[in-house]
Formats: sequence, C-alpha cells, structure tokens
Amino acid sequence: MTASLLMLQLLNGLQLGILLFLVAAGLTLVFGVMDFINLAHGAQYMLGAYLAASIGGALGSFWLGLLAALPLSLAFGLALEWLVFRHLYARDHLAQVLATFGVILVIDEGVRQLWGSAPLNVPQPEGFSGGITLMAGLTYPSFRLAIIVAGLAVAALMWLVVERSRLGMLIRAGASNAPMVRALGVDTGRLFLGVIGVGAMLAGFAGAMAGPVFAVVPGMGDQVLILAFVVIVIGGIGSIRGAFIAALAVGLVESLGRAMMPELMRLFLDAAPARQAGAAVASMLVYAVMAAVLAWRPAGLFPAARA
Amino acid sequence: MTRLLRPSLLLPLLALAALAAAPFLGFGDRFALTLLSRAMILGMAAVSLSLLVGGAGLASLGHAAMMGIGAYVVAALDLAGITEGAIAFPAAILAAAAFAGITGLVALRTSGVYFIMITLAFGQMLFFTLSALSALGGDDGYTLYGRNTFLGADILTPRLSFHFICLGLLAASWGLCAMLSRSRFGRVLRAARETPLRVEALGFSPFPYRLLAYVIAGGIAGLAGALLANAMEFVSPAVASWPRSAELLFMVVLGGVAQLPGALVGALAFVLLEEGLAHVMSAWKLVFGPLLVLAVIFLPGGLTGGLPWRRRKQERRADA
Amino acid sequence: MDRRSFLGAGASLLAMPAIIPAARAQSAAVKVAFVATLSGPAAALGVQLRDGWAAGVKHLGGKLGGLPVETLVIDDELKPETALTRVRAALDRDKVDFVVGVVFSNMLQAIFRPVTENETFLVTANAGPSTYAGRGCSPYFFTTAYQNDQPHATMGQVAQDFGYKRVFVLVPNYQAGKDAAAGFRSRFKGEVVDEVYVPLNQLDFANEVAKIAALKPDAVFTFMPGGLGVALVRQYRQAGLADIPFLSTFTVDEATLPAQREAALGFYTAATWAPDFANAQSQRFVQDFMADYNYVPGNYAAQAYDAASMIDSAVKAVGGKLSDKAGLRAAMEKADFTSLRGNFRVGRNHYPVQDFYLCKVVQRPDGKFATSTVRKVLSDDVDPYAGECRMRAT
Repeated sequence: MTASLLMLQLLNGLQLGILLFLVAAGLTLVFGVMDFINLAHGAQYMLGAYLAASIGGALGSFWLGLLAALPLSLAFGLALEWLVFRHLYARDHLAQVLATFGVILVIDEGVRQLWGSAPLNVPQPEGFSGGITLMAGLTYPSFRLAIIVAGLAVAALMWLVVERSRLGMLIRAGASNAPMVRALGVDTGRLFLGVIGVGAMLAGFAGAMAGPVFAVVPGMGDQVLILAFVVIVIGGIGSIRGAFIAALAVGLVESLGRAMMPELMRLFLDAAPARQAGAAVASMLVYAVMAAVLAWRPAGLFPAARA
Repeated sequence: MTRLLRPSLLLPLLALAALAAAPFLGFGDRFALTLLSRAMILGMAAVSLSLLVGGAGLASLGHAAMMGIGAYVVAALDLAGITEGAIAFPAAILAAAAFAGITGLVALRTSGVYFIMITLAFGQMLFFTLSALSALGGDDGYTLYGRNTFLGADILTPRLSFHFICLGLLAASWGLCAMLSRSRFGRVLRAARETPLRVEALGFSPFPYRLLAYVIAGGIAGLAGALLANAMEFVSPAVASWPRSAELLFMVVLGGVAQLPGALVGALAFVLLEEGLAHVMSAWKLVFGPLLVLAVIFLPGGLTGGLPWRRRKQERRADA
Repeated sequence: MDRRSFLGAGASLLAMPAIIPAARAQSAAVKVAFVATLSGPAAALGVQLRDGWAAGVKHLGGKLGGLPVETLVIDDELKPETALTRVRAALDRDKVDFVVGVVFSNMLQAIFRPVTENETFLVTANAGPSTYAGRGCSPYFFTTAYQNDQPHATMGQVAQDFGYKRVFVLVPNYQAGKDAAAGFRSRFKGEVVDEVYVPLNQLDFANEVAKIAALKPDAVFTFMPGGLGVALVRQYRQAGLADIPFLSTFTVDEATLPAQREAALGFYTAATWAPDFANAQSQRFVQDFMADYNYVPGNYAAQAYDAASMIDSAVKAVGGKLSDKAGLRAAMEKADFTSLRGNFRVGRNHYPVQDFYLCKVVQRPDGKFATSTVRKVLSDDVDPYAGECRMRAT
C-alpha cells in the first residue's frame, strides 16, 4: 500500500468519525445530562435525512432543505418529549429503552407510509459539486470537507457552551443534582426541554448532512444508532470530549480495519479465504475495541463525574 | 397452597395451564402449534434473562447470542451427521454456557448501561462470526433435513409431542430459575444489586455469584436455541442478531421485571400480539409501537406487576 | 340467477355427479400467498415484486386461469422466523394454493421445506439459489427469475468480450456476494486485480473507491444491492472514477435508480429484461404499470408479472382443478404463456432457460431513469447446476 493511499484512508476514517460524532453528540448530551437513553435518536437522524432530501428536492436546493429540516427536527423532538419522554425520566434505563424502541417502530413505519420504500434522491449541495485531487485519478469531494468542518464546529460550540458558559454550568449542575438546582430557582423542566431540543436538532442535522454521501433508505438510522452507542460508551457516557475522541477512534478503526485486515489475514491464510475472513473480522473490529476498552476501563475512557 | 394463589404466580400458572390445554381447545392445527412453540421457546430464553435482569440487575443485550450458539451447535452436529439429541442438546447447553462464562469474565466487570453495551458487543461479534461460516451457509442459513432424535426415538417431530416437550422444558427452566432466585444464591444476587456496598462490607464478592447466574442463564438460552433450531428446522445468524436480544429484553420488561414468571407472560403476549396484529394489518408497527409506549408508561411493573390487587398488596407490604 | 341456483341448474342439466366437484372448484378462488420483503432498507425490491404481481393479475382480469384470485401479501421483514411463521399460517390457516414472490435467498431457505413438503407450489419471482437448482430440486418448486449465478456470469462474459485484462471485484461479504464473485470469475478469464469484500453494514465506500483509483483497473465489477448500491454509485461518481467502466449486477436497477439518477448514467448491469423490450406484451406492461404506480418497473416486477402468467396458464390447463397437482406441474413445465422476456422456457430443474442481456442506465424522455438493452450476451442459457437435478415424480 502506498503512502498516499494510507494518508487517504486516514482522512476517510477521520471523516467517518466526525459524522459519527455528529450523531453521537446529541445522544451523549441527552444521556449525560438527563440520564435518559433515547433509542429513537437514530430514527430522528433518519427523519432529518428524509426531511432535508424531500424538501431540498422540492425546492431544488440542498441548503434550503437542510435549513428547513432543522426547525422541523426540533419541533418533532419537542413533540416527542411532550408525548413520551417526559413520562420516562423518573424510570429506569430498561423502561426508557423499551418505550423509545416503540417510538422507533412508529417513526420507521410512518416514514415508510409517507415516503415509500425506495431509496430517496438527494439533491447535490450547490457550491460543493467539485472536489480536490489528493491522488492521481481520485477526486476528494469537497462536500466531505464541509462535513469535517461542520463536525469540528459543532464540537467546538458544544465544548464552549457546556464547559465554559453559565448555561453549561446550569446544565451540568442539573445533571448531577436536579432538586438542588430547582431549589435555587432554576426551571429545570425548561432546561431539560432545551437539551432534548438540541439533541433532536443535532440528530436531524447529522442525517441531513449524511444524505448526499450515503443512501437515504428506510431503516438507515438503526445501523448508525448502534455505532453511535459504541462511540458514547467508549468515550464515557455524558462526556462530549470522550464522544469526540471515541468517534474519531471508531472512524479510524472502521476505515483502517477494512483496509488492512484482509492483508493481515494473508499472513495466516490463502488469498481468497483471507479476504473473506478479513472482512468478517473488520466488521466486528469496533465491537472488539469496545469490549477491550470496557474491560480495561469499565466506565469508558472519560467517565463523566456524577453525583 | 395459598402460595400458589399469589397473583404473580397465578397468572403464569394459568398461562402454563392454558398452553397445556391449548392443543385440545381448537389450537391444535399446525400453525397454532408453530406459533405457540415459538412463544414457549422465546419464553424460555426470556425467563433465563429475567434471572439476570430481575435477580441480579444485569440487563444483557446479548442474550440472543447464547440462543445462536445453541442453534448452531445443533446445525454443526447435523452437518457432521450427528442428529442424536442426547448429544446435541447437552452440547448446545454446554457451548452456550461456556461462551457465557468466557464473555462474562470480561462483561461482568462493568455495570449498568456499560454492561448493556458490552454484552451487545459480544453478541455482535458472534453474529458476524456466524455470518461468515460458509460451511453452514453463511448468512443464507443452514437447513436441517429432519429434527434431532432422542436415543433413536423421533420424539421431536410429532407436533403434539414437540409441543409438550417445549412446555415441559419451559416449566423446568422456570422452576430452576425460581428455585435459584429463592435460594441463598438468589438472595446474594439481589442484595448485591440493591445494596452493593453493604454486601461487599460483609465480605461477599458478588462477582462469582453473578458469573454463575450468567453462565446458568446462558445455558438455558442455549437449550432454547437448540429447540428453536428444531422447531424451525433451519438456522441462520438472525437467531443471534441484536434485535432478537432486544426483543427478549422487552418480553422481560413487558411481563414485569420484578417477577421471574413475568418473562413467560411477556413472551406470550409479545409473540401473539405481534403475529395477531401483523395478520390484521400490514402497517402493524403503527399500532404495536404506541402499545409498547403505553405499556411502559401505564404499567410500570409490567403485565404481572401492574394488576391492581398486586399493587395494593405491595403497598400493604410497604406499610408493614 | 345467483350462483347457487346456477350451480344447481348446471348440475341437474348435466346430471353427472363427477362434474359437481369440478363445477365447485371452478367457483372457488385461487389463493396465493405473496411473500416479499416490504420493510427495512431493501423494501424497494419487495415493492417492485408485489406491484409486478398485481399488474400481472390485473392484465388477466383479476383472474388466474378463469378463477378469481385472492392474494395474501406477506411481509417477511427479512427475518427467517417471521417468514416461516407467516408462511405456515398461510399454508395451514388460509390453505393457499400457491406461495409466490420471495426476494432473498435466505428467506427462501427458511420457507422452502414447509411449503414443498406441504405439496404446495412455490414459485419464486426473484430468489434462485443454487441449493434448489441441482440435487435439491423439487417438483413443487419453480422460479420465473434465474439461477443466481447467471447474471454475474453474464457480466463475466461481458468483461471477457470487451477484452478487459484487469478487473477490480467489489462485493458484500455474505453468501450472495461470494456467489457473485464466483459467478463473474466463471466466465472472465483475465486478471482480477483485487477482490474486496465489504461488510454488509458498511456505510462509506471512500476506502474502496481510493483503492480502485490507486489500482487503475480496466473495469470494476460489483454487486451491491439496495442502499449499498446507492451509496457506492454516488461516491464512485463523486470521486471522479466514472471513466473506469462500471460493470454491475443488481446495483443500478429500477429499484435504486430513483435515488442514483445522473450518478448512474452509463453504468452497466446484466439482466433478463429491461423496460425498453420491444415485444407488445412488454410494452403494454410498462405502460400500464407506470400509469398505476408512477415508477418504472424493473426486472423484479417483470419476473413477478411472469409468475402470474405462468400460474394462469397452469390453472387454465387443468381446467381450474387445483387439486390436480401433477397436471399443474406439467403445465408449468410447459410454460405455455407469453413471457415479457420473449424467449422463456422452463428447464428440467424448474429454473428458466432464457437469454441474458447487457443493459445500460439511460434517462428516458419523461426524465425518469431506467436501464436500456445494449445487446444479448447469453442465449438459451442453462444454469450450471441443472445437470445434477434428478426431478422426482409428483
């Protein structure tokens, strides 16, 4: 493998990691602040992709679609909070998992009824149709660079708000001791509603950004959901920093594992079985990494301090 | 005798009795028996999971992996020409228990959500391994041309006989789990869940107890897997997929985490409701989903815990 | 005159007891369980299959062989147990006469024995694994699609005919993917520069695309059904690789083209049928199908349409006597109907013997995207397993 190809694969891994971070950020925020597992986060990601693709398609502009998808995702998230989530905050994780799984079923089926089963066309983002040449004969689409920039921006913004602002202080305080914060005269209900809203918008944003690169199909959220959970668990639940680092790590492991494993397997096997075994090992590599991390640090890399 | 009349016990006993009577009450056709045996087999796996969730507070999202191992042991032996159940079934139980033992050594170091995720990780690794097994058809699956025999006797093939074998094994699994959770072993598990510090202060290390519970539950799920392979006469990696693990967890929660037999009621309710709805309408998930949400919100103790008389009794106990 | 009195009159008129059951049978309906994957990422294929069947039944006036049709649509959800439970319900509770459809081989594996052992006819309109083409062939199993190896072998032949020396092979790491790579190699004699297996849950093809750019092969052969294909085609185009010929099977077809659109233009696929086939039956089908469903039918829909025609011809041949299994079987083996594909007959293993075509993605005058026939590649092709089949008597 040449050095330029290796560099390219590192970049691909980084970019996949950043996309995973976009999905995982909302999940870990809600989970960390409110101790609430929202399985429906993946379905909200899917809904964001569908909304952006169909509105963007109707208006003939990807960016308008993205702009429209954000408030709609927010509204949908708030509606879910009002209908379902708020009845579950006081319950254990299992109850939350079960109820939000019910929400997934409804969203999946609803999307199928509304948009049909066929993969959706996504308009190409205007202004990002071209790309840069990183290797002879290969264009690196500039929209992928846009995803990297957007992911870094979201990460920086979240870090600033949560770690450095008064609002972030309240959020962190509300997470560790809600009754005390309430006693100090802060409306924790509104605070939590805000967190859920931001989480929903992040999910929708990630879905909308993923649309032009990946396929917009029914069930696209489930697969991402699992990877996002892997990310937040490796990072330590509730830790934005942990989620960011873990997302990059998972992206790199996914990407490099797929590239290297078949070659690695050739040391032990013939070419044909090596390729297949390599692919099989590559697909379970992230899970092996997660198991190893948890065996070593049972609460993830950066366990958030909790009361 | 009064013990038997306790509502949390009454409902599952009624369920078992109904299952025993079902073939003679007009549910004896092949389809009804297929559905019931599927519900019973999943019920068995759910009961063993309930021992972990309710008894030890260990919510595993990888329980289907144990079923997958049981099913694939039957398939692998079939490929090798061994169709004797007296070999295949113990082998399935042992293999699943061994898998649980090895993964449990690592997984039980974690707790809470981390435990959910690490068991998911092991489950996924097994799923991808099974999908890559070309000799057993990869993800196309492997067709068994006939069910296991026991000491040469073909007792799994006749429908009624299979129905009662499933029922018997289900009752036995429930009995074993109930006995365990009532014993000193079960009390340590529960104590370790509720007041971990106190248990450790008393000099107990909960780890070996948890590991043993994990291994036993794994063995029962392996048995359920072996039965499922025989019921379907077909195995595929889907047996071990994570949505199946999630379904098992939901059966436990739906039935009621606090009571072991809740899992049995939950499994029956889950399977029958799903198939019933799917038969009536194609968009059945639009009804099933909200039902799940409503059940969680309004029946916090699950189907067995949510009965009004049961709640009153709990309150009385709390008063005392 | 209501139906009962009509029957009574007919029976007394003919005064032949033996006629009565036949008359009853004719008044009954043909019950069909139509199994397809209608949820999840691959649902688009199942929808094509289901709509193709409905279009076929509609052209036959809502009847098969003169009997009214009751179609019970079953969603297998791509879960073997679900498929098995629901199909068993159809067999035992609804007593269906035919089980039709089936998109994926692993779903077929799950339901094959229960259906055929029940002596019910199983006619698949898409799945055609090697398992049931050779020694595992069954008198109750038919397919109107193809044996799975054939389209891939067709592409192998195409690569050979084009004179490509170095081809990059990219398939998903599951049984059908391995079969695809093997099928391609069976007719392609040049060098396979690399054979990459990707996990089925893969999201991003950036690495594979980079590898292709680095190796600069003469062509790429790939099999990436459903959502995988949408992502791959888009990323292949975005990476500027479209100059390298894209030979594929089930990657750019009418189920995925609505999402791939311009990105797939000029890409190749191998098929048994394309919507631009010139025969009258096919043109009428495409026109009516698009009027009813507002999308372009693909291979899947055409094969399901042919399944309806095949069953219609068989029920007609036995005069509506559905209990005459031997007669039904013999009639289906004759394939006495007009296939959308023109040249179509049933081989000894009940898999079709037919032509395979090279097709290419084009934009239709109405703006929609579709595959279009380039040329015939294989004629009267018999699958490689047919010789091993020793078909039992019914």
